[in-house]
Amino acid sequence: MTGYSPDGLARTPLHDLHRALGARLVPFAGYEMPVQYPAGILKEHLQCRERAALFDVSHMGQVRLSGAGAAEALERLAPLDAQGLPEGRTRYSFFTNEAGGILDDFMTTRVGDDLLLVVNAACKAADLAHLQRALPAGARCALLEDRALLALQGPQAAAVLQRLAPAVADLRFMDSAELELAGVNARLSRSGYTGEDGFEISLPAEAAGAFAERLLAEPEVEPAGLGARDSLRLEAGLCLYGHDIDETTTPVEAGLAWAIGKRRRAEGGFAGADTILRQLAEGPPSKRVGLLPEGRAPLREGLEILDGDGRKVGRITSGGFAPSLGRPVAMGYVAPGLAEAGTALAAELRGKPVALATAPLPFVKHGYKRP
Amino acid sequence: MADLYFTEEHEWLSVEGGEATIGISQYAQEQLGDVVFVELPEVGATLAKGDQAAVVESVKAASEVYAGVSGEVTAVNEALVEEPAKVNADPQGGGWFFKLRLSDAGELSGLMDEAAYGAFVEGLG
Repeated sequence: MTGYSPDGLARTPLHDLHRALGARLVPFAGYEMPVQYPAGILKEHLQCRERAALFDVSHMGQVRLSGAGAAEALERLAPLDAQGLPEGRTRYSFFTNEAGGILDDFMTTRVGDDLLLVVNAACKAADLAHLQRALPAGARCALLEDRALLALQGPQAAAVLQRLAPAVADLRFMDSAELELAGVNARLSRSGYTGEDGFEISLPAEAAGAFAERLLAEPEVEPAGLGARDSLRLEAGLCLYGHDIDETTTPVEAGLAWAIGKRRRAEGGFAGADTILRQLAEGPPSKRVGLLPEGRAPLREGLEILDGDGRKVGRITSGGFAPSLGRPVAMGYVAPGLAEAGTALAAELRGKPVALATAPLPFVKHGYKRP
Repeated sequence: MADLYFTEEHEWLSVEGGEATIGISQYAQEQLGDVVFVELPEVGATLAKGDQAAVVESVKAASEVYAGVSGEVTAVNEALVEEPAKVNADPQGGGWFFKLRLSDAGELSGLMDEAAYGAFVEGLG
């Protein structure tokens, strides 16, 4: 974070570059962020699916957890195996509340004795306070405000970064390493929020602008904004916090039970474990599903989902146009009995019924470089 | 020769012989970004000034297109249904939305001409 706009919005270290690139800047989670560049969301989206796109995600919270007992404390707040996380590995997890709902979702990486977390921008103050309350004396957590975060995503992202550091080729999906890239000491994780192969790059704020320009000078790379980031993650079936998951949805309902560590399922000991473990055993009361509307009209967040008799059976939590598919797609929650792919449902859009069918997620196959 | 008018909601109206062709302005299409869906009114529908007449959706959001004047819908641009990107490519030409037979030509006096609209957009920053 470097400075504020006249109306009090925080600016990322790449602010001047966004301006120079002609970005349209919008308020997002207290930041002034690029929603799109002159190419537009459709082109930026396809650029990421076909080549490589560079996103500024410096608004997200980078947190370092350190000291004795930090991993144990994190395990009381989130159902991940933090103690068993190997060096240089990254995992996806979520802070849960006592009811089993989700307070935020995040990524964690083991780096020596420390854990590095990346949390949502809108939740970072609350997450930090939540962590601080849980940590024992001697353990600490700190927001790394002097770091920027970039995401280079797309099938050609690896080729671009390998040009700067051949060791990038050794990383597999959810591996993380400290590497020197174009003279900058950066932490690279082979992860992202687009469904494509790609990397998230944490680096010193003061080096971020020049580094981003260096990447943009590569022939495969174009900038992409939050608009494309949202349509990419929707096609990839990835949850957006505050929309597809929140304090009222459990990880089991959201289809995120795969992220609950094996040991944690057996032992419990995290907030909301009673509800979450019961739902794992007996099934959840609702399930997140993919939804394919008939026709061309996008069905957006907040619309009720209806069954064949017009009864309300759920709600759309994310929806819009899928540029890679050239059609609208959505996600939402329905009763488990209606979750099977191909179930015929409906929604009401501007007073008219629209047919839709449940569909498997993701809508677009993931391109992750798995081991 | 048609007369060109604009509304504060960024619609343009090209009026000739008591009929208005209506679309969204260049400024509006730039603000919306890539248009992916258009919903048009029914031919024969009667619209009052300020009524919602059509819907235009970009990747990000849905917006309404209003009838800047009252009248009856005489034609709609069906090409936009299959090719909504026409709205971005040629907003004040091939990207027109619908035509309206004016029921009160006097309402036109409340609209902006091209120069006034240009100044209006300028003022939006």
